[in-house]
Amino acid sequence: MGDAAYPRNTWYAAAWCHEIGRALARRTVCDTDLVLYRKSDGSVAVLEDACWHRLLPLSLGWLDGDQVVCGYHGLRFNAAGRCTHMPAQKTINPSAGVRAFPAVERHRLVWVWPGDPALADPDLVPDFHWNDGTDWIGEGGTYYDLKCEYRLVVDNLMDLTHETYVHAGSIGNDAITETPFEVTHTDRRVTVTRWMRDIEAPPFWARNLGKPGNVDRWQVIRFEAPGVVAGDVGVAPTGTRAPEGDRSQGVNGCFLAAITPARGNTCHYHWNFVRTFKRDDAELTRAIQRAHVHEGKGVYDQDATVLEAQQRAIDTHPRQPFYNLNIDAGALWARRLIDQMIARERADAPHQAVAAE
Amino acid sequence: MAHRSAEEWQPARLTAIRDLTPDIRMFEIAPESGFVQPQPGSHIDLALRIGERADVRSYSVVGPCRDGVYRIAVKRLPTSRGGSAYMWTLPVGARLTIAPPANLFPLTRGRPEYLLVAGGIGITPIYGIALALAGAGAPFRMLYGCRSRDQLALGEELRARIGDRLEPYISAEGKRVDFGREVARLAPGGEVYVCGPIGMMEAAKHAWAASGRPPELLRFETFGSSGRYASVPFVVRIPRLDREIRVPAEASMLDALEAAGVGVIADCRRGECGLCALPILGVEGVVDHRDVFFSDGEKAENAKLCTCVSRVWRAGEGAAITIDTADREM
Repeated sequence: MGDAAYPRNTWYAAAWCHEIGRALARRTVCDTDLVLYRKSDGSVAVLEDACWHRLLPLSLGWLDGDQVVCGYHGLRFNAAGRCTHMPAQKTINPSAGVRAFPAVERHRLVWVWPGDPALADPDLVPDFHWNDGTDWIGEGGTYYDLKCEYRLVVDNLMDLTHETYVHAGSIGNDAITETPFEVTHTDRRVTVTRWMRDIEAPPFWARNLGKPGNVDRWQVIRFEAPGVVAGDVGVAPTGTRAPEGDRSQGVNGCFLAAITPARGNTCHYHWNFVRTFKRDDAELTRAIQRAHVHEGKGVYDQDATVLEAQQRAIDTHPRQPFYNLNIDAGALWARRLIDQMIARERADAPHQAVAAE
Repeated sequence: MAHRSAEEWQPARLTAIRDLTPDIRMFEIAPESGFVQPQPGSHIDLALRIGERADVRSYSVVGPCRDGVYRIAVKRLPTSRGGSAYMWTLPVGARLTIAPPANLFPLTRGRPEYLLVAGGIGITPIYGIALALAGAGAPFRMLYGCRSRDQLALGEELRARIGDRLEPYISAEGKRVDFGREVARLAPGGEVYVCGPIGMMEAAKHAWAASGRPPELLRFETFGSSGRYASVPFVVRIPRLDREIRVPAEASMLDALEAAGVGVIADCRRGECGLCALPILGVEGVVDHRDVFFSDGEKAENAKLCTCVSRVWRAGEGAAITIDTADREM
């Protein structure tokens, strides 16, 4: 794992809160197999998914109270990973245990810290408040074990030029490729800002705006290292001063992604599309969800197809993986921030990824 | 000390020595490459020579070692001809072979309170745990027992880092840890981490069991565990094989059996897993059970012993044990 392309001392989304209950759930995060469950006090526990004894995945066992029972020989582990029962002996081997991982629930997702638990500060959970289900409305989902490296998804979202080609007919149009954009960054965030003024609204936005005439369209995409993207997007009638800050005449949405390295070149892509317009329209919520992911035909399904094909091509083409274009500035800044996180982590502890456990 | 694959061993150099007390010496060991940041409670293994024999000893890492150098501390035992005597012969610059940190005594984060208890050289893993808890702002107290004040290794460092959370218990001054009282005042859900001589560990276990608290919340490290009796040579008789094998003071019974070609299954070699246990047919002297596998009741029955750590003692000479082995058809 020494050359892993991801930092470990950070929070990664591992599941939607509603997916974790009193059944054992299995996830792979940063090449580490995990078992997740909800304790009787409502909090989420995360353990290494391998019994101390013979490595059988604990997720094949069951819960008894707040303890996991291995489905092979009945060893039991509490939520801190301590063994509490061994078969056929009167004592417990004091060394016996499995690794426990810090976990917090925030913004309707379960976040897991795969690195040094001493550094796991809940205040470091990425800002993902658009997903809270309060001010912004939308129901998303997850592509678990998407067959591409997580940074390819970041690339995808940091450059929306692809909408014109991958999503022609829904949200893409030529104005995106014809409009310049600006990239800014701090040491943790990258923002790509694009304003398309006085253009014809693409079909999705025209329908939801419900007003005639040209629009000003914005895409303000914010990346937070290493794997969270929030894209503030919308349109407002041209002349209503949206670029100057008044979006009251427009419609506003936000596409959300919490992307987590899984095993090898795979990732978990937690997505949502939330909005502040027609908030009570449950039918619209379902329609937007279907427009994104539905039997392989949604816009995110189109992305998933491209991303997996791209990963296959990377795997089979030995040449330097990419050439870059001007449009990749946002993605390249995102990758640089990820690289800096990894470098800082290695400088702090040369082998943090394999720190003694 | 088990569970090390060949590729884990790596060259290292002894870069500094410092005497913490008259008989506890700290060793700074720099690996030639591939330093692994130790977590609290970790140990490293050293390959060393005891007499003619190659052997391995595990030593707890002292402190977080943020500077890329492993620190261990070893107590000189006047009667020992084993690991500690070997370590005390090493000069600065000596070449060593080590295996990187592994952790059999990991710290669980987020408990409501912690009680750390160190006895003598048992300070070595407790020191790093105390610093980690202090760094995390976790509530804890640390009881540190030793015979006299000049033996309080790392006492000044601890005082500077954790202040009056450190409570020395100097037995020469008549102060002993009252485990019953200490367990009673620990917050519910709190954990105890103990490393010290076997008497201290047993006192902690008995008080813990009497309190009815969950057994897994009492954490203890076992390499330091001495026996109740000194290590003396003894003889192992195996009537089934018609063998008589001498166990020297500095080797384990398991080592002696293996060296003599007796087939024994073993794994942890630290008195935890119980795989090396063999039936006792008779004993001349007393069996000094040093394992944590058998319960107190099982030890009192004296039906089996863990050959990796347990020994036989007798005043004067003539300590011996008669055992059976598994060399038979049903």
